[in-house]
Order: sequence, then C-alpha cells, then structure tokens
Amino acid sequence: MGTTASQLGKDLLSEYQELTFLTKQEILLAHKRFSELLSKEDRNLTSVPMEKVLSLPELKSNPFRKRICHVFSTSDMKDGSLTFEDFLDLLSAFSDSATLEIKSHYAFRIFDFDDDGTLDGGDLEKLVNCLTGETEDTRLTPEEMRQLISNILEESDIDKDGTVNLSEFQHVISRSPDFVSSFKIVL
Amino acid sequence: MAHNVNFDLTAQHMEAGLESPADEEGVHDSFNQLIEDQRQEAFELQELQRDLDEEERDSVAYLSSPGREMWRGSQGRGEEEEEEGRQLDPLIEERWSSATLKVLSSMPSRTIGRSRGAIISQYYNKTMKLRRRRQSRPSIKDFSRSARPSIRGYGMESDCMETEGVDEEGRKRDQLVNNLQNLSLSDRVRMLRAMPLSVAEKSELRRLAGRKGQRSNHSQIPCCSQLKYHIIIALRQSWYSCLSFLHSLQLWQVALKRVSGRFGTGVLSYFLFVKTLLFFNIFLFLVTGLFLALPQAVHPPTLTQGHEAFSGLELLTGGGYFSDSVMYYGYYSNSTLYKDCRVTSSSMDQQPSPSVSRRTMETDCGVKLSYNMPLAYFFTIGVAFFITCIILVYSMSKSFGQSFRIDKSHGILAMKVFCSWDFKVIKKTSVKLRSENICTQLRDLQYRSRIPTKDPLLKEASLLALPVVVSLINLLLPGLFNATAWMEEYDSPSVNTYVAISRNLMLKVSVLVVLCFHWLGRIASDPHSIGLQCWESFVGQELYRFLLMDFIFTILDTCFGEFLWRLFSQRVLKRKRKPVFDISRNVLELIYGQTLAWLGVLFTPLLPAVQIIKLLLLFYMKQTSVMMNCQSPRKPYRASQMSTIFITLLCCPSFLGAAVCVSYTMWSIRPSESCGPFRSLSTMFQSGKLWVKELETHNPNLAWLAWAHSYIVENPLFLFLAAGIFLIVIYFNTQVVDGQRKIISLLQEQIENEGEDKKFLITRLQAIHQQKRPLSPRRLTSQASQDSNS
Repeated sequence: MGTTASQLGKDLLSEYQELTFLTKQEILLAHKRFSELLSKEDRNLTSVPMEKVLSLPELKSNPFRKRICHVFSTSDMKDGSLTFEDFLDLLSAFSDSATLEIKSHYAFRIFDFDDDGTLDGGDLEKLVNCLTGETEDTRLTPEEMRQLISNILEESDIDKDGTVNLSEFQHVISRSPDFVSSFKIVL
Repeated sequence: MAHNVNFDLTAQHMEAGLESPADEEGVHDSFNQLIEDQRQEAFELQELQRDLDEEERDSVAYLSSPGREMWRGSQGRGEEEEEEGRQLDPLIEERWSSATLKVLSSMPSRTIGRSRGAIISQYYNKTMKLRRRRQSRPSIKDFSRSARPSIRGYGMESDCMETEGVDEEGRKRDQLVNNLQNLSLSDRVRMLRAMPLSVAEKSELRRLAGRKGQRSNHSQIPCCSQLKYHIIIALRQSWYSCLSFLHSLQLWQVALKRVSGRFGTGVLSYFLFVKTLLFFNIFLFLVTGLFLALPQAVHPPTLTQGHEAFSGLELLTGGGYFSDSVMYYGYYSNSTLYKDCRVTSSSMDQQPSPSVSRRTMETDCGVKLSYNMPLAYFFTIGVAFFITCIILVYSMSKSFGQSFRIDKSHGILAMKVFCSWDFKVIKKTSVKLRSENICTQLRDLQYRSRIPTKDPLLKEASLLALPVVVSLINLLLPGLFNATAWMEEYDSPSVNTYVAISRNLMLKVSVLVVLCFHWLGRIASDPHSIGLQCWESFVGQELYRFLLMDFIFTILDTCFGEFLWRLFSQRVLKRKRKPVFDISRNVLELIYGQTLAWLGVLFTPLLPAVQIIKLLLLFYMKQTSVMMNCQSPRKPYRASQMSTIFITLLCCPSFLGAAVCVSYTMWSIRPSESCGPFRSLSTMFQSGKLWVKELETHNPNLAWLAWAHSYIVENPLFLFLAAGIFLIVIYFNTQVVDGQRKIISLLQEQIENEGEDKKFLITRLQAIHQQKRPLSPRRLTSQASQDSNS
C-alpha cells in the first residue's frame, strides 16, 4: 500500500472506491492533501503524526479532533498518527454517502473517551465539556452537569446499567434526522 | 446449573432487518431481566473462577453464540450482585474488583463498539441473514459434519462450542469470508463498504473472498455465465466512472464549503436548495431549447411585418425587438418544418439517391427531415412537466422518509447532546458561537419549568398591543386603497366611490370576523388554557380597549393626519384648494365603532356610555377639523343614496353580525363557572327556561305562559310559520307595488293620448273656422278678433 508514491495506482484506486464511500475525485483529493501533509517530512514515513493531521483546517477547530485521530489510527503506538488508509477511513465515515450505521458506530467510538466500549458518566461529562467549549463561562457547573448526565442516562439507558452502549446510542441517533447531515467533513 | 436464560434467539434473528442501526436483538437481550433471574439463584464461586481463568487468555470477546456469552456475562454480573447485595442500579458504582472489570469489559454489549472480533461476528450474522434472504439455504457441504442436521445452514453451530480456542477470531473471519463469497458481487461490495473496519482489514477480506470466489467461479460456472460475470464487471466500472464524472461537475463546491464551514448545515440547506432549483431549470432549458427553440431558429418563419429595431428597453419590458423572436409563443409556426434542401453542387454528392424520395418539392430532395412543430411544442411541454413531476415526487418521498420519525417526544436531551454538533463547521468563531448556543440550550432544557417573572404593569400594558395593531391596520390600509384607486381608471366617479367603500368594508369585516373567532372560538372554548378565570370579563375588557384605541387613533388621525395632509397638499403639492373630507371613510369608521359597541354590550353593559362620550367628543373634534382643514366637495354628493347605503351597512353586516355573535354566545357557549350572572348554568339561555319552569310551579295561573313559551317560542315550527307569514306579506306588498307601477304607466299613456286628442281637436276647429270666413284679411282679422273675443 504505497502511499508515499506521488500517484495512486489505478487498481488501488478502484479498490479504495469499492471499499469506501468515497468517489474517485474525493480519493484523489485526499491523496493530494495527505501528500501535502507529508511533504515536509521524511519521504520514507508512511504515517502522519497527529499534530500535522490536526493542522488541517477541517479539523483544526473541531473539539473532537484528538478523539477522531485516536479512533481512526491503526498505529501500534496509539499515538494518533494516521496512514493514508486511515485518512481514507476517516473521510469515508464522514462522507456524504456513508450509511447511518457507519456514522453512528464511529460517532460512538469518538465519544467513548476511555475506550471501554460504553459511554459512562465520565465519557458523557467529557462529551458535554467538549460541546460547550473550553472557556469558563460556557462550562456547566458541577451541579448542572450531574443533573444533565442523570437526565441523559434516564432517557437513553434502556437496560439501566448506568452506561449507554452502542445499541442504545444508535437508538437515540436513529430518532434524529439531522445527524447524518451534521456528521460530515468534506475536504 | 439451572439458569432461566432465554435461548430463543432465532426468532429475533429472523425479524431484525439487515441494516437497522438499532440491531439490538442480534446482540443482547434485556439486561434487567437477567439480573432479576440471577438474583434468585445461588451461585458457586468455583464456576466464576473457572470462567475467569478461561477469559484471562484473551481480552477480545469470544463469541460462539450470543446467548451463551450473555449467559457468561450475566453470570459474572449476577455474582457481583450477590456480593454487593444491591438492587437495581449498582452498575453506576465503581468499586469493582479487577476480575469483575475484566468480565465487564468483555460483555458483548460493550465489545461490539470496540473490538474487531465482535464486529466480524456481527457482520457474519448479517451476511448469514442476507444469504438466507437471497437464497433458500446455503449448501450443506459448507458446514462441518458435526452440526446438527436440522439447524445445519443456519449458523447455530452449538456443537462446535467445545472447540473454542485462541483462533476463535480467525475461525469467525473464515466463516465471514465464506459468507461473502456466496453473496452476489453487488451485495458483497455493499457489505464490505458498510463494515466499520479499517481499509487494510477490509481489503484483506476482499482479497480472501475474491480469491476463493474466483476459484470456485471458474471451476463451476459455464462460459455463458462467465460472460455475464464480465459484463457485470464492465457495467460496474462504467457506473463508477459515471458517478465520478457527475461528482466532478461539482458546482459551487468551494463556496458551499465556505458557507457550511462558517454557518453550518441549516444555512447550507438554503444554498443546496438554490442548486436543486438551478438543475431543474437547466433541465427545462435544455429540453425546450433543443426541441423547440433550435428547430424554429434554424427555420425562421417569414415575417409579415418588419422587425422592430433593438433598443435597450426590451430587456426590461420583454417586448419590442423580442416580441417577434424565438422567445415568445407567437413566433413558432403552426406547420410542419421541412429541411431546406437547396440544391448546390457540393450537396448533390452528399444527398442520398433521389429514387428514395416519395414526394417531390420544388427542389429534388432525398429523404426529408420533417419536424411537426405543433406536435413538438405540445409534447415537449407536457413531457418536461411530467418528468419534473416525477423527479419532484421522488425526491420528496426520499427526503420525507429520511426525516420522518415516529417517536420524537422524549429523549430530546440525549438527542441534543449526541447529535447537535455540526462537524461541517470549521471557522473558529462559528465553533465558539455554536458551543455557547449549545450550552444555553442545554441549560434551558434542564430548567424548563423556570418561567421568568415579568413586571405586572408591563404585562398589563402588553394587553394593549393587539388593539394598537388593529387600529393601525384600520388606519393605514384605507390610505393604501386610496392610493391604488388613484392609479386605476374607472368608468365613472361613482364606481370609484363604491369600490373604495367595498374595499374598506371588506377590511373591517375581516378584522371583526378574526377577532370574533379569536374571542368566541378560542378563548371561550378553553379559558383555562390561558389561565383565565372569567373569560367574559376578559372579552369585555378587550372590547373596551379596542373601542378606546379606535377613538385615540381617530383623534390622532384627525389632529395630525388631516391637519398635516392639508399642510402637505398646500405647501408641497401646491394645490389651490384644501383637501376634501372623505365622507365614506369616516362613516365606515363610525359603523365599525358601533359594531364593537354592540358586540361588547353583552360582556360590558356600560359600554354604550363609553360610546356616548366618544361620539360627543368626536362630533366636536370632527367639526373643528372640517372647518379648518377641508373644503366643500366639487363633485355632487348624492346624499340620500349614500345615507341609504350607510344605514343598510349599519343594519346588515354590522348589527346582524353583532346579533349573530351575541346569539351564539347566549345559545351555545358555556359561561364561566366562577363569575357572572350565569355561573351555574350550561348556557345563558337556560336562565329563561328555568324561569318558565319556576313560573309553572309557583303560579299555576300563569301556567298558560309557560305553555305558550314551550310550545310557541321554543317550537321551531312557530318560527317557521312566523317567518313564512312575514315573507308572504312582503310578497304581497311587492306585487301591489308592481301593480301600481303598471297602472301608473297606463295612466301616463292615457294622458298622452288625451293630449294627442286635444291637439287634433284644436287644429280641426281652426281649420273649420278658416273655411267659414275666407273673404278679406281685414274681415278675417276682425272676425278672428271677434272670434277670439267670443
């Protein structure tokens, strides 16, 4: 899977077209942008470190940018670095034609801050803090946070185990028609 | 050990759809139920220890069948239940031992979101379902012999449980690959794409599935199916390239991204809608341009008159130069267009042999290209509309399916937290704004019950808002009508007056109808929804406010409006004479005020007093204003006719409408429970009935009155009879009037005839006298004077 080559092979291109939700144009554009990220580094590297990925304008201001990198990264060192295929995975999950199931699956993994497979109280708290911003005046007070988390769990925890697992998350998501259109990143 | 665990999972597998996001049935059962079950059993710690020993080797979940895993997980869970001795929500507590945490982490409901093996096995189940749907049954030889025959082919390989080992994930993967091979190509592609695995793993699966598939394909399938296979591959490639081409057309991509980056999905939807409309119009333009404009432009019709010269105004008015061009309907010919084949030396070589021609025209043409213009026009427009209709209905149904959700009422908070972040927003300031907005929304949703207390005086003053708005409408719109009347041309001035009156009248009638509906239809039917104890008093107050506001605005209009208009017309417009007093407008204002008074007298008995004061003040004010600001009208005013019209308007829409509203209120609306003279009754009219009943019981002498009331007043037959008699009397009177008209005309004729007779007799008399004395003119004149004297 040579990604440091300046051009993608034709069969590789068609394979990516089959395996992801991206079109040929989008894959080529992704390759171009990925190469730009790699351009200043050593040519032998196949993966881009997380800091460079986070410098992309599409991710720069996103409060979930670090989690996105961690979720899509397949590196063994768990440092959030992305290969080109990870990058394609990212774009495919966030593309226009991705199914609701894929999007909700990855959204779940992004929101699962401690990677334990469910959204427990700590995950929800970090999620709400990411949503409301980093400044002090938009943060909720601890009392409000506690109340909010217990309301959320009451609404979405169907089996009453104190956490929201993937199925419950997908159930909540399926009721919102706007999720598919807001869970999109376009290069 | 005996556990009451529900193994009946086959039914659930069958029902679950293929791509439902909430694929709960295939993964786990209700957790609560199992906790209940477990709590009633006794456990042995050795069982737990044995399980834990097995699990330690492998952190990834091993799933032979979901039920069994459930059983294991719940067993561990139940054991913890025993240990802690808690009832229902112990899972929020965090003092678990490491062994418990390990069990927790390998529960299927938690691993499905995390581990690869769980995803593989989930998709194995899905491909199994898909195969079952697409084919009748997978072939027997694909399964191990040890599987029980009855469930062979349905994935319930319960007997293989004993062979669990390290390579469980690998085995699952092989099974998934096997399933993928047996799917059709498009299904395989779709399934691979939808798997939430990384591209590297998916390409590995694809390679394995493709390789085995290819091997089996080449060995089994005869050559015509191979051809079909190649054709399908070629079609797929062409489809992909077609899609890529369409995407490369990306109109406005950069601009849309900029907009969505700053403003988000909502504002973006407007621009996407613009894009959609653009495509519709491009389609329509192409169709009409190609099939209508182009053939006609190539064969222009012979012009009967000369072409107008091009001047710039055509671009605005659309006429002039454009009126005789391909832009408009009139240009198109109503006959069939023939290709103009002028015989030239070069074209002779290109033409087909003349022997093919059926009909000869002026020149020798070969095959004629004829184009039936009327037919083309009709079908082009029809087909274009039809196709547009189909496209619109299809996209509407698609978007409706995406956005319609059945159960929206609860779960709003969770939905907002999980779904409200718009990942398209890139600009930092927009992100910050959104975060603040989300924070506010979350806070508001939490404290929904908190209603800010308003200043009571402010609340009271805000009740004046509606009357002010209505009075403003009543003031400004007639001025607008007058302005439009100035632009219109009427046959005669009286038509102008009637049109102005009817417009003004319709405005006031509609305002009053809406207000009545609002008061009687909404407030009276459900007063408690607005927190009113006594709705009649509220409606009375509203009417008082309306009357008063109307008066205040009339004062303002008189003082400032007419005064200023006089100054304006004299100084600015430099008219010699002062403005005219608009009689009809002012009278209609009076009628409107009186209607309000009539409507309100039921709810506010002293409202006529207010109206009296208002009319007195109005009289003096208007008199002063007329003296100062207006001139006498130039046009003759047909006073008695207009007075008749005004009295009719006072009676018919005004009084009748008010009477209908009052009758409706008295007859059907339920009075308030806690206030007013009718508080315990179901309708106001009931008071009369009750009195009649009382009369019956207390005073037997007046029983006939009661009888009369119940049999005459309440009896609809009596009303019909009375109305019928009344109509008959009117009819007789009109007939009498008609008869008298006829007599008048006959008498007129008779008088004319008498006059004719008189003229005839006088001339005859004159003639006879002239005959008798014919000799001298002197004698004639003396005779004439004698005659005239006698």
